[in-house]
Parts: sequence; structure tokens; C-alpha cells
Amino acid sequence: MTDLANDPTAAREAASAAARVRRRYAAERRFRLYGILAIGAALSFLVLLLASIVLRGYGAFTATEVELDVFFDPAVLDPSGALDRATLGGADYRRLIIAAVGDRFEGAEDRRAKREALAMISTGARFDLRDMVLENPGIVGTTRKVWLQTSADIDMLRKGFITREVSEGERRVSDRQLGWFDSLAADGQVRTVFNTRFLTGGDSREPERAGIGGAIVGSLFTMLVTLLLAFPFGVMTAVYLEEFAPKNNKWVDLIEVNINNLAAVPSIVFGLLGLAVFLNFFELPRSAPVVGGMTLALMTLPTIIIATRSALKAVPPSIREAALGVGASSIQVVTHHVLPLALPGILTGTIIGMAQALGETAPLLMIGMVAFIVDIPGGPTDPATVLPVQIFLWADSPERAFVEKTAAAIMVLLFFLILMNAIAILLRRRFERRW
Amino acid sequence: MRYERTGGGFNLAALLLAAGFSLIAFHAGPALALDTAGGTAGLTAPFRPIYLVLAAILVAALAGFYMGRTQSLRTAGGQIRDLHSLPSYYGFYVALWCGLPAFVLFVAWMIVEPGIVDDMVLAGLPSSLSELPPQRLGLILNDIHNLAAGEGFARVADEQMVAAARHYNALREIGFWAMVAAIAAFAAGGLYHGRARIAPALRARNGVERTITVMMIVCSTVSIFVTIGIVLSLLFEAIRFFQLVPFWDFLFGLEWSPQTAIRKDQVGSAGAFGAIPLFAGTLLITFIAMCVAVPIGLMSAIYLSEYCPRHLRGIIKPALEILAGVPTVVYGFFAALVVAPFFRDTGMVIGLDVASESALAAGMVMGIMIIPFVSSLSDDVINAVPQAMRDGSYALGATRSETVRQVIVPAALPGIVGGILLAVSRAIGETMIVVMAAGLAANLTANPLEAVTTVTVQMVTLLVGDQEFDSAKTLAAFALGLVLFFITLGLNVFALRIVRKYREIYD
Repeated sequence: MTDLANDPTAAREAASAAARVRRRYAAERRFRLYGILAIGAALSFLVLLLASIVLRGYGAFTATEVELDVFFDPAVLDPSGALDRATLGGADYRRLIIAAVGDRFEGAEDRRAKREALAMISTGARFDLRDMVLENPGIVGTTRKVWLQTSADIDMLRKGFITREVSEGERRVSDRQLGWFDSLAADGQVRTVFNTRFLTGGDSREPERAGIGGAIVGSLFTMLVTLLLAFPFGVMTAVYLEEFAPKNNKWVDLIEVNINNLAAVPSIVFGLLGLAVFLNFFELPRSAPVVGGMTLALMTLPTIIIATRSALKAVPPSIREAALGVGASSIQVVTHHVLPLALPGILTGTIIGMAQALGETAPLLMIGMVAFIVDIPGGPTDPATVLPVQIFLWADSPERAFVEKTAAAIMVLLFFLILMNAIAILLRRRFERRW
Repeated sequence: MRYERTGGGFNLAALLLAAGFSLIAFHAGPALALDTAGGTAGLTAPFRPIYLVLAAILVAALAGFYMGRTQSLRTAGGQIRDLHSLPSYYGFYVALWCGLPAFVLFVAWMIVEPGIVDDMVLAGLPSSLSELPPQRLGLILNDIHNLAAGEGFARVADEQMVAAARHYNALREIGFWAMVAAIAAFAAGGLYHGRARIAPALRARNGVERTITVMMIVCSTVSIFVTIGIVLSLLFEAIRFFQLVPFWDFLFGLEWSPQTAIRKDQVGSAGAFGAIPLFAGTLLITFIAMCVAVPIGLMSAIYLSEYCPRHLRGIIKPALEILAGVPTVVYGFFAALVVAPFFRDTGMVIGLDVASESALAAGMVMGIMIIPFVSSLSDDVINAVPQAMRDGSYALGATRSETVRQVIVPAALPGIVGGILLAVSRAIGETMIVVMAAGLAANLTANPLEAVTTVTVQMVTLLVGDQEFDSAKTLAAFALGLVLFFITLGLNVFALRIVRKYREIYD
């Protein structure tokens, strides 16, 4: 062995080896950094996505109301004095609001000013007044302090999305309306309430009245139809393929290839199938949850089949052999032993498949679930829309107030998805057995 | 062993059966009264409580179950060991006889009835209407349907149409009650037949199990029928499209403007159906998406499987998978509202002209959506590389990154490529992001800052709104769908084959 200190070649080699090792370690650190950066990028996209939606949408859960003295004028509501429901229901409640804003807002005399004053109150507020009167006809002829919902522009102003600094022409709220709003605020006649209408109401052209109640009910009916079709068909297919199907049979192979391919077909193609078969051939109603549910069921079927098969595979063969050994028939083995043991896995897979179906939009556009529907559907054959389609429809509206509604609807949709996935995870944690 | 419950079951069964059929009658009563009172003022759709029919079949089957179970015990004199099968199998036996034929009849009736009623209505039309060409006849039939449902106004709401609508409603009503009668007869007949066959020697369990097996086989053929349904429905409409527009013009045409004129004399009435700009746009957006997803997804997978501590991996991996669970419409909103304006504003600052519906924004958001696909598929194949190969590399003095680059990635490459191909097929078929964030105009360009359109965007725009199944515009969507179906199918088959072949090597 040579002495390092005295051999120049060896010293040079040692130095270059040390440099090489340093370089290799630097490369190692760089590579690791790339990995961390990649994960950081992916996670920051996620955070950015969620944050941008929550920041835009949280405001939609509150609504602005202003307090006005409304005189329930008998001359307007019920000139005859009979107080019957038909007259009261058909009366022009807008005139009450015109009178109320005219009294409250200074300078609301000429036509233009009156129109501006009226525009501060939601056009739907008249229906709230009507409901008040129908509930208690005794208030006709009295003056009441009533909290009325403001229009979307005033709501945006209160939430700080309309800046006062820009000139009047570029603002959706005029200087006069600003002054009136400030005077209301100074008198404590502006309040913020939880917007229950958003969660329970149907769609509307007025952003402040629009709600996702109809879409939630529509989604519910659609998911019900999907579940009723996809679950039995999916589980029975999976049980057959996993437990009974002959091995190396070309029909069975064909079925398996088909299921794998269907799992990868773009969802929009299922929409075309629904359009061509369910709507054009069987002439089922357009925009109905029953057709949407059927289309989504075809899409969800492969997911459920694949999940069920892996749950069945996880049940050890010894269970089957033991049951067969004590004299159970092959069907009894499955129904009494294998299926109950695989059930948590099957349910988990089904819930995840349903969550996918709940967020699906494209196939439903194909079968006409994009109509503007105000009423909350009463059954699976009524025209309806679903949550993701409602989001798509609102996302088209340029108004700031609808942007807020869209983001809030997304928050509700994500809430349902997180709930479903949490249930799936819980099921797996609680009931999964390791063999 | 004596089985105690004999009498109670039968009473319950009779009660259920009675309840089932009185359900329909009860609901029908007020509706019928209303119908006669309604008079001639307006047409309303006839009362057809279909869910109640289904419920009644279910209730009847339940009744059959109880009857069969109690009767089997009675025939065996309460001695359960004298029976071939357990009593509940006799119950299922009768229930299947009672419910299954009735249910099959119900489904068949639901499918067949509308066509027959339409034919009868058309046959009953006066000759002035029934001799119209088939396309006009279809419109008239549509009007009759609308009129009969009491909604909308027919284009020619004359006496003849109202009469036809009335005829239609009457036929639908007759049809419904005929169905109720036929189903009741089937259920009762099945019930009688099933009960008549009950004897201690009847092999009820075998019968029930055979039926279940057949039902399972029928269920598993559904997937084949769905595939056939997709191919046929796309093919039929696409063939009709290719009769209007030559196949090669569609596949290799350079201009896409599907707006066909409604009147013959309008300007630009021809419409151009060259799909190359759509394919180019789809490829551009997919390419951008892959540029985002592949490096990030692959590096995340490598880091997660080779470097990451176990407990961190358990947090990061599900977090990445949330990205896959977010609905595409949410990504579309994000792309249109956050990413596209951001790119446009940045472009303005550096003096680039970025379209507000640029391919870049749509592609990038699509890439974010696809990251978890790439990462989880790559993660699987990287984990499938045997530990011995890593250990061998470390033993030769390689660092971790050298092992990854020179051993693991080459070994996993086929699987990674397969995973990327699956992600590409997913990106090509993705709809909502591009519908909301990409453009509508078919520009043939490779500039990611311009707006391009894709196959799926055009399918949506062609089919949302009014559809006329005799215009090339509507049918073009099906031709596009056919191309999309075969491209994604080809990519998937190819990718799965690569992945599977590779897995076999190391397993």
C-alpha cells in the first residue's frame, strides 16, 4: 500500500474521487428536491383549487336584508275588502315595495330614482310579502317593519365586491343607491342572515333568489335510480364472474374484456348511448332523473363490478371450502358466507362509484338535463337538473353574484363527495378484515 | 322438530296480497273520478302509477314467500326433516313463480307499449294526415304526445290533432289497465302454479338456485349489450352522417364549421365537416396536459415509493388522490375563472397576446386533473420492481437517485408508458374542462396561446339544445363520438396489454 501523502497520483485520484462523490451526492440531493417539488406542486394546485373556490363561494351562504316600513295597503291588496285568498294571492305586491322605498329613501321621487330605489330590493321580495299576507290576512291595513331581501347588486356591495372608488358609470350600484344603503346601514336597518333559500330553493334568473335545492333533489333521484340499477346488476355480475363462471371460457373472457373496456370509455360516449337508446329509441322523457340515472348506472357498472370482484377475491378460499365441507350448496356458500364477508368491500366500492356518478356532468348534458328548471322535482320522471349540471349552467353567467353561487354550489357538491368518501373509508376501517 | 308458525304466516300473506292490489285500486279511484269531472276543457296525461305496479309485484312476491313457507310445513305435517329443502326455499320458490314472470311481463310491456300505441294512433289519423311523408309524420306524432300530456301547444292544434291526442290518451289508459290486469293474472297464475307444486319431495332449493344462477348469467351479459349498444347507436347515426358528408372529407377535411343553414337560400348553407382542426386541438390540449402531468406525476410517484417515510406517504398519497376525486366540472370552473384570466393577464404584462380561452389554460388544468392517474399508476409499477434489483444496485455503490434512474425506471418503463397512455386516453375523452375553458372556434394551430376546440367540445355544442336527427349537424356528433370511442378503446387495449405483459415478467 502506497503512502497517500507522498504519492502525487494517488492524492490526485483521491481528490477527484472525493469530488466525484460530492457531485454524485449533489445530484442525489437535486433528484430528491425534484421529487419534493413535484409533490409540492401537486399539493399546492389542490390547495389553490380549494382555496379559490372557498374564497369565492363562502359569501353565498349569507344574504343581505334591509328593514323597511311596509304599509299593507288595502286599496292595493284587496279593494273589495273580502280578504279571500284568491284576491290576496293575485294582488300586486310590487306596489307595496314601491311605496315603502319611496317613503324611506330621500329623493326617490322621479321615475328614474324610483326605479333605482326599487332595484335595491330583490324582485322576489314581493313573493315573501304575499306569503306573509296569506299566512296572516289580518296584517292588511297595518304598517309593519319587514326585513326584505336586497337585490344581488346590493348584496355584492355589502360583501365588499363592489368597490366604491371607481366612477359611477363602471359600477353596478349608482351613487344614489350607495347613499341610501349607507343611510340604512347607519340606522341599523341592514342585516346579514344565513341564506336558507340557497340550500332549499329552486333555480332562478335572479342570482339572489337562485338556490340549489332543486338540483340536490334531482341529484338524489338520479343517484337513487343509478344505485337501484347498478348495484344489483354489478354485484350479480361480479359474483358470477368470480365464483361461478367457468375458467377459460371464451364467453366469460368476452364479458371480462367488455367490462374492462367499458371502464375506460369516456363518459360523454355513455351520454350518446343514452341519447340514442333511451331518448330516441325508447322515447323516455328528456331531462328526467330516471334517464340520467340509467345512463350513469351503465357508467358506474364497471366500477362496482371491479370493486366487488376484488372484495370477493379477498375472502380466503378456506371459508368456501369449510362451508362446502359441512354440506352447503355453492349458492349457499356465496350467499351465507362469502357475500357477508365481502360486503364492506362491496359497499365501499359502490359508494366510490356513486361518488363518481354524482360528480359526472358530460353524459347528462347529452340527454338534455341542462334545461332551466325552477320547480323542485317531485319524482324521477319530473324534469330536473343535478348539482354538477347546475354548476355548469351557473358558471356560464358572467354576473359576479352567480360566480359566488357557482362556487358555493361546488362547495356543497364537494361536501357531499367528501361525506361519501369518508363513509367509504370508515366502512373499510371498521369492517375490513385481514386474513 | 315441529315448526310452530303455521297459521299466522298464511294470514299475513293474504293480507299482503290484498294490500298489494288494493294499493293500485285505491290510488286509481280519485284519479278516475277527476278524469270524468275534468270534462273536455283540457287534455291531461292519463293516470299511470307505474311505481305502484312495481310495488304491487314486490308485495305479491312477498305474499308468495310467506304462503310457500307455511304451506310447505303444512304438507310435511310440521316435520321439517321430511322436506327436501328448508321451508324458506319453498317460500322463495313460490315468490319467484309469482313475481318473476309478472316482472318480466312488466318490463316487456313498458318497452313495447309506446310503439304499439303510436302505430295505432297513426293508423287512426284521417287520411289527410296519415299520408304525409314519414319525417312529417314523426313531427305530428311528437305534437300529439305534447298535446296529450297537456303541455305546450301543437303546431297545428286543430280538431284532428286534439282528437288524435284524445285517442292517444285513451289508448294509453287502456294499455295501462290491460297491463295491470295481465300482471295480476300472471302473478296470480304463478302463485297458483307455485303453490300447487309444493310437496315434501319438491326440490325447491335446486329450483331457486338454478333461477339465481340464470339471473346472474343474464346480469353479466349486460356489459356485452352495453358495448353492443354503444357501437350500434354510434354506428347507425354515423353511417347516416357519412351518407350526407363523405367519410374522407370528414376525416381529413381541414375546415370545421358545422352551422348548416335552416333555409336553403341562406348564405353559407353548406357547412364544413372536416375534423382535422378538432383532432389537432384535442392533441394540442392533451399534449399540454401531459407536459404538466407526466413530470409531476412521475416524480411524485418516485419520491413516494423510494424516498418518502411511511407515515408521510400515508398522508400525501390520499391527498393526491383527492385531485382525482374532484368532479371535472369543478376543474372547468377553476380553469375558466382562475387559470385562464391569470394567463391572459400575465401575457399582457409580458406583451404576449393570450386568448381568454387559450389552449394553455385548459391543458394545464387538465394536466392537474391527470397527475394522480399518472402518479398512482407509476407508483404501482415502481413498487412492482423487485427489491432484489434495488439491493443489487445499492450493493454496487449506486446512490438512490442513480438506482432510480438507471435501474428502476428502465425496469418499470413499459408499465409507466402504459400508464401514460391510459392517462392520454383519459385526457382525450375529458369533456367538462374543455367545454368550460377551451374555445368553440375550430382553429388549426399549434400555438398554445390561441383558442382551439376539441372533439368533445364540439360533441357537446352540437347536441345541447335543439336536436334534429336528419341534419348533418346533429349526426356529426355521433361520427365524432365513434372516432373518440375507437381512439380511446385502441389506446386502452394497447396500454393494458403493455402493463399486463410487464407485470407477468416480475410476478
